[in-house]
Amino acid sequence: MTNEVLINIARFVALILAQVFIFDNIHLFGFINPYIYILFLVLFPVRVNSLQFLLLGFFLGLTMDFFSDTGGIHAAACLVVAYLRPIFLRFSFGVSIEYNSIKISNTPGGGRLTYISLMVFTHHLILFFLEIFSLKHTLFILKSALFSSIFTILLSLILMVIFSTKKR
Amino acid sequence: MQQIINFFIRNKNLLLFLLLLFLSLKFTYHSNTFHKNKFVSSANFITGNIYIIKSDITTYFGLRKENELLLEENSRLKNLLQLSETEAVALTDSIFDMLDFVYHPAEVINNNFSRRNNYLTLKSGSRHGIDRAMGVITSNGIVGITDQVSTNFSTVMSVLNSRSSISVKLKASGHFGSLIWDGKDPNVLQLIDISRLAPVAVGDTVTTDGRSTIFPKGIPVGTVLDFTLDQSQNFFIIDIKLFNDMTRTENVYVIENRRADEIRELEASIPND
Repeated sequence: MTNEVLINIARFVALILAQVFIFDNIHLFGFINPYIYILFLVLFPVRVNSLQFLLLGFFLGLTMDFFSDTGGIHAAACLVVAYLRPIFLRFSFGVSIEYNSIKISNTPGGGRLTYISLMVFTHHLILFFLEIFSLKHTLFILKSALFSSIFTILLSLILMVIFSTKKR
Repeated sequence: MQQIINFFIRNKNLLLFLLLLFLSLKFTYHSNTFHKNKFVSSANFITGNIYIIKSDITTYFGLRKENELLLEENSRLKNLLQLSETEAVALTDSIFDMLDFVYHPAEVINNNFSRRNNYLTLKSGSRHGIDRAMGVITSNGIVGITDQVSTNFSTVMSVLNSRSSISVKLKASGHFGSLIWDGKDPNVLQLIDISRLAPVAVGDTVTTDGRSTIFPKGIPVGTVLDFTLDQSQNFFIIDIKLFNDMTRTENVYVIENRRADEIRELEASIPND
């Protein structure tokens, strides 16, 4: 149990630093910004106290907000994703997922892709909507959210492959 | 009573969610109001020091270009100095005390330009004489206006920000308008509120107009790239190509206006009818 806590703390710090040092500086075509720190919420153990998880999501987003001077938009986006995660989990892996202590990285490929895509796209959509905050730019918001999501999902999958622990 | 408590226990997830959502939206709203004290800002001890580590690494990649820029500026200033020396004005401390504007050098440790609302973080704060609402420029042109200031760090609202609006003028004709950003190209800004009667030509120079207390008169901004009339057909929307490359800004000057308080006080004393 303590091992799991330590792993998650390390992951939290590593992802925030990676986001600030590396991924915030990728300005692909001027509007594609990957936000891979959301991987923390994606990979968090499935069986979790939901109150705790909401607070964690809020705290994760707020940390990013401190770094990027964005007020509370990351916090809001992460919070919504944290709140909706049980629904996404059930949608992607079936109802029984909550009773298993299964790891996200060991789930079947199709379900995993659906789950990651749902999490990332929801997060990015809320983020870009709050950042730009104008219905006049709806198309721009959708475009930014869609392309940034695709980029984030690809990066997440690559990171998960690189850092996957081999099964014995 | 029992039922109320039961209600809270049953819906504790939703209630916590709504509470935190409200909090984050409140932070977002606060960040949209300029010059208010903000709780969430990168001008604090932890993020500031992490950004210093980052800039310590990344500045090495731009040293050559940065040196060239500084050398260019040095030679230009040396030429200016020659001019003033021929007028036999001794540059003593008392003359510097008489100047309205004081320039403080500062190092940029974080710079954004791909979002809709961009901020920079500087490695100088109130300890180095920096305060809120001071103009920030490079040797090439304007960068933004300081926003949050802590002891050792400060954040700058970049001109690449939907809430930034800076008073500038066409150098040739003196017509003034507001410089805003439409969020598309980080090197092209928009100049609005210029009357259609003003003579505008592609390549015209735009400078700050000195009507605000933030920037002195005549700081270079950019050149006219293109212009069209707006919907009302009364005003131009002019695309301005910035002199300063916002995507690589490493050393800046923060401009302190010593007369700012006096001017603001005087302006505040005018009754609003």
